Amino acid sequence: MRAFTRGLLGIAGFLVLWELLGRSPLLPADALPPPSVVFGELVTQLTSPEFISHVVATVLALLIAIVIAIAIAVPSGLVLGSIPAVRHATRAVIEFLRPIPSVALIPLALVMLGFGPETKITLAVYAALWPILFNTIYALDELDPLLVDTARVFGTGRLGVLFLVALPSALPFVLTGIRLAATTALIVMVSVELMAGSQIGLGYFIMEARSGPGRMDQVLVGTVVAGAIGVLLNNGLERVRRRWVAW
Amino acid sequence: MSNMLEVADLGHTYGDHEAIGGLTFTVRAGELVCVVGPSGCGKSTLLRTISGLVAPSRGDVSLNGSHLAVVFQDYSRSLFPWLSVQGNVEFPLRSLPRAERRARAAEALEWVGLSGAARKRPWQLSGGMQQRVAIARALAYRPALLLMDEPFASVDAQTRFELEDLLLRVRREHDTTVLVVTHDIDESVYLGDRILVLSGSPARLVADLEVPLPAERDQVTTRTDEGFVALRSKVARLLNVGKPALDVEKWAAAERESLSETVSS
Repeated sequence: MRAFTRGLLGIAGFLVLWELLGRSPLLPADALPPPSVVFGELVTQLTSPEFISHVVATVLALLIAIVIAIAIAVPSGLVLGSIPAVRHATRAVIEFLRPIPSVALIPLALVMLGFGPETKITLAVYAALWPILFNTIYALDELDPLLVDTARVFGTGRLGVLFLVALPSALPFVLTGIRLAATTALIVMVSVELMAGSQIGLGYFIMEARSGPGRMDQVLVGTVVAGAIGVLLNNGLERVRRRWVAW
Repeated sequence: MSNMLEVADLGHTYGDHEAIGGLTFTVRAGELVCVVGPSGCGKSTLLRTISGLVAPSRGDVSLNGSHLAVVFQDYSRSLFPWLSVQGNVEFPLRSLPRAERRARAAEALEWVGLSGAARKRPWQLSGGMQQRVAIARALAYRPALLLMDEPFASVDAQTRFELEDLLLRVRREHDTTVLVVTHDIDESVYLGDRILVLSGSPARLVADLEVPLPAERDQVTTRTDEGFVALRSKVARLLNVGKPALDVEKWAAAERESLSETVSS
């Protein structure tokens, strides 16, 4: 409870600082609307169907990207983690691909996939793959040989060991990977919406608010909502982990 | 009495370290045999070859039955943490219909006095209870042979006595054939119908001793029984007399070699 109170105090302090900075003459007028203005605008926007559709578009694309990333990265991680030959063969390629920032792939993705949601989903998947893939591989490295011995003694074959022992044992690491991947995917998703001329989504809303009417309060509403999505995803996945894989 | 396990000239070598040097023995149906030997003498290798986890370099292991079960020393790493106690006990029974699996798990948990803990997770239980879960899992599998690797070495003395008596009770009630590997001389005498004494590395059979104690045993009276004391001394002499149990130099050399192998590969 004390930690919670302190957390609230921290947030209150942050809002006060923001309010003071927003109203101070140090910054050009309207460059940083104070929270009192931004939250007023937030309430207005939350009742606007147009804004809600932007939020839904981003969240939906994000969820699709996370599901696809899981569907690719977990099986690949299981293969790479349990067959050393495959892992050695792919190591150089993976080490080359992994550090490429997803945002640097925007032009390529635009040419290949066009301006639809495929582009932002593909790039978010690309960014989200790595944490899940590496956590899965790492989890298999950490697999306790005694658990495997136990399963084998009780008549479990190779596939049985993979699905009944290796996979459940890897689950906590995989979920942590998914949590990290979700945050990364959100960053990439909003970035692509901002930069790649998408027609809908939170990033598009932010870009439009700035370049059109120059409504910085709306820009910040978009930013705050993007942050809130990130917090909700992170906490939600952490809850899932604690509830279902509490060992 | 028929033989449940026949081990003939079993030998195993890691690189040029000979862990087991040609063991021949049998375990009869319904018997509880203890294998006792100095630490690092190859007892674990013996267990791994008998259980089929490692293919022996030479010799034969034949089991009079379709399968055996193993209880490992380290219960905390041998129970599946993501399964409930019941799920763990049902693990070896996956091929059976659900109802039968349930029934056999419930029965085995009752034998070890853990009926009330079926829905708990293993890590919510004490060490002694976890090892009872491992024993229940092994018994539910209805093995031709129950192999136990230092099963009570990781619990406190009080719990150890309880688990020893539990083992004696369940194997009497269910006529289970048991092979216990231990380094504890007292335990081998207290539990065993027979004791196989092994020499140090490589493991060789030094003696095959009948335990002249009644089937009903008791932690207080049995341990002060003349037969118990005499046999304990005999096993101790067999284990300590002669050369040092471990050829330290040879071990260290073998270890250096295996290390350099892993580094270079």
